[in-house]
Amino acid sequence: MIPEIGHISLIFALVISFLLALFPIIGSYQNNSTYMKFTDVLVPIQSLCILISFLFLVYAFLTDDFTFVLVSNNSNTALPFYYKISATWGNHEGSLLLWILILSVWTFLVNLKTKNIPIKTRSNVLSILGFIAFGFILFILFTSNPFERQIFFPPLNGSDLNPLLQDIGLILHPPILYIGYVGFAVAFSFAISALIEGRIDSNWAKWTKNWTNTAWAFLTLGIALGSWWAYYELGWGGWWFWDPVENASLMPWLAGTALIHSLSVTEKKESFKSWTILLALMTFSLSLLGTFLVRSGILVSVHAFASDPERGLFILIFLSIVAGGSMLLYGIRANKLMKTGNTFSLFSRESLLLSNNIVLLTALVVVLLGTLFPLVSVAFGWGSYSVGPPYFNFMFVPLSVIMIFLMGFAPFFPWEKTNNLKKYVPKFLRYIILSIFLSLFTVLTMDDLFDKSFNFLSFFIVSSCFWLLVINLNQFLTFKKKFNLKSIPIKFISMLIAHLGIAVLALGISLTSFYSVHKDVRMSVGDKIILTSNIFMLESIELTQGPNFISKVAKINVSKKITDKFIDNIYPEKRFYSASQQIMTEAGISKNIFRDLYISLGEELEANTWSVSIHIKPFVRLIWLGAILMAIGSMLFIFIKHKKYS
Amino acid sequence: MKQSQLKLFFPFLLFLFIFIIFLTLEEKILKGEYDPSIIPSALIGETVPEFILTDLINENIILTNNEMPKKPYIINVWATWCISCRIEHDYLLKLKEQNVTIIGLNYKDDRVKSLSWLERLGNPYFFNLYDVDGIFGMNIGVYGAPENFFVDENAIIRYRHIGILNDEVWKNKIIPLGLDW
Repeated sequence: MIPEIGHISLIFALVISFLLALFPIIGSYQNNSTYMKFTDVLVPIQSLCILISFLFLVYAFLTDDFTFVLVSNNSNTALPFYYKISATWGNHEGSLLLWILILSVWTFLVNLKTKNIPIKTRSNVLSILGFIAFGFILFILFTSNPFERQIFFPPLNGSDLNPLLQDIGLILHPPILYIGYVGFAVAFSFAISALIEGRIDSNWAKWTKNWTNTAWAFLTLGIALGSWWAYYELGWGGWWFWDPVENASLMPWLAGTALIHSLSVTEKKESFKSWTILLALMTFSLSLLGTFLVRSGILVSVHAFASDPERGLFILIFLSIVAGGSMLLYGIRANKLMKTGNTFSLFSRESLLLSNNIVLLTALVVVLLGTLFPLVSVAFGWGSYSVGPPYFNFMFVPLSVIMIFLMGFAPFFPWEKTNNLKKYVPKFLRYIILSIFLSLFTVLTMDDLFDKSFNFLSFFIVSSCFWLLVINLNQFLTFKKKFNLKSIPIKFISMLIAHLGIAVLALGISLTSFYSVHKDVRMSVGDKIILTSNIFMLESIELTQGPNFISKVAKINVSKKITDKFIDNIYPEKRFYSASQQIMTEAGISKNIFRDLYISLGEELEANTWSVSIHIKPFVRLIWLGAILMAIGSMLFIFIKHKKYS
Repeated sequence: MKQSQLKLFFPFLLFLFIFIIFLTLEEKILKGEYDPSIIPSALIGETVPEFILTDLINENIILTNNEMPKKPYIINVWATWCISCRIEHDYLLKLKEQNVTIIGLNYKDDRVKSLSWLERLGNPYFFNLYDVDGIFGMNIGVYGAPENFFVDENAIIRYRHIGILNDEVWKNKIIPLGLDW
């Protein structure tokens, strides 16, 4: 009965989080410092209880304890041990337990790192975090209990973890995404606390900022990982599908990006106050909305694996308390925070950050409408519609170009107003000419390689990517001249790296969208297919045995067309998972920074004859490289100790 | 209240609007009026999804797409726990007499119970796919039992009927498809 400890521990955590939600905030209201100091006891106990509970569930998976319904439904004795661990969160119940574990870690860190801020704020923040934990644990215990047992007839082997989830990308994706989602709870709690106290200043922004940046960095990585996983695991060669679940993670990302920028204005100039608060509330509410959309089963998606409408109702109620309650509080209290901020001119950092917020919020509305419209139409009985990628692409391309163009000015404009603007004109002209030149070179080379005719739109979009790339790179090159290295302006470097990431990402997206080629062919062993300058030859197809699957692995030899030079061998697979009777396509990819050769097997048409899908995807790796740069930029403050920006 | 304060309630109103949508949807899902996992007619016009299943009667026979008839056929989703299937069963036997090929999809059911059902009531099926986990059922988008998929000679799903198949449905919906049964 050892695993029952996990269950009991979770129930104990529920009680603790209830106390945490109650006492410190009452203490802060009544000025009772004893109550407020409860956090130092309650928070570590809460974290410990949840950790114990989680570890026991992992233990149940590792030891194949099929008396647990969850384990028997989602794991199998033949599963390798690392997939047994990740199977813990590869399902609804376990993933919620992971969610709450991550929340408790954030709460623990907040308790640890905020000893220097006013105790009232700190107590409010921790109480609100406790409330969120309380709601979620309640949800887990009542609708999705991972510790449910079937003592009498446990199965011998268990069914299997969904083969789609048996993958390194999916071991990492949910935890990292959740660290991001849940991390915004901290900014949310700070915002609620500010509304309660009716006060917000530059210090508040300073406390909130690093938490937000860290959460944002993880969310960025999490989204990138999800896209990377979908790219090689789904076998379609796509890396973003505008799928509702992807949109659900993109919405808090857009709001969070706006929040980071708005926070910097609040910190430096004490303006944009109520706006910053609203963004903080929105970001976390959208994270919850994301959880709701994925978990409720309201939406159909390639990414959602566990869903149930009854659970949806509970999350909906919780969402309405958190999001609805906070928006109502905002409506009642935000006027206390309204203050006419300092005036600023058109050519100032404030107006750049303001336009950043406007563009991001427009993008957010675009995604929200595109995701919700099909639901609205069902809810009001207008029939089923689906808003596909054409809508999103049509809206996103112009928005991105505008944003990237504006981002180019970010390193130059100071706060309030820019003196002698004329000085900058020749500089900007030089950047524009340079980026046009680079773009022309790239576009013409690619046109030649992929046998396409010149397209002005591609050229224009690629130019805008280079504009941002060139400006940010140039800042690094001239760095030594501007600053002495003893006082590293860390915020400035952070911005440069993150913006560089956007430039790299945008360039990757543009080039891979414009130049990817794709061919579906029928291939027998020995057949050769020519695509652009590459020859693909199907050398053999062999049967192999994996730990819990059998697999047909094709060996495809790729060489250069004219020189006949060997490039790579690619091994796409078709797997059959015996426990769950599912067939999976594993794409074979030959990768480098310039291009991916991507091959997936279709169906076996006859013996040794397969339908094969071959993709060439130029610069697709830049997309994920860009995301990594953005995350590094955003978390730089962790790696480098703070130094004053003089 | 000042007008500037009213403006601050806008996010809350927006939230309320979204909340109402979700609540309506949840209600429709719980009442069974809307099932998000079914995209209407998503598989109509598509080929039958891939499967590897065992035969219901002889568990040593492995059935795949290649074993499916090369003429039009019906995939009939049934189970012994499904009371309506019992009502539908007699009609299926009648269809069999008219040389209509029916493939049974024995959905989330028990092998022994199913076999005795067929012994007792007669077997209208060409063969039966034993889909105990409902995985093939999920791939083909089963809503519930009984349910029928009408597949043409090229293995393309032409029509799906949710609920009991009877003479009326056959005359009004299936004959117009013009399949050569």
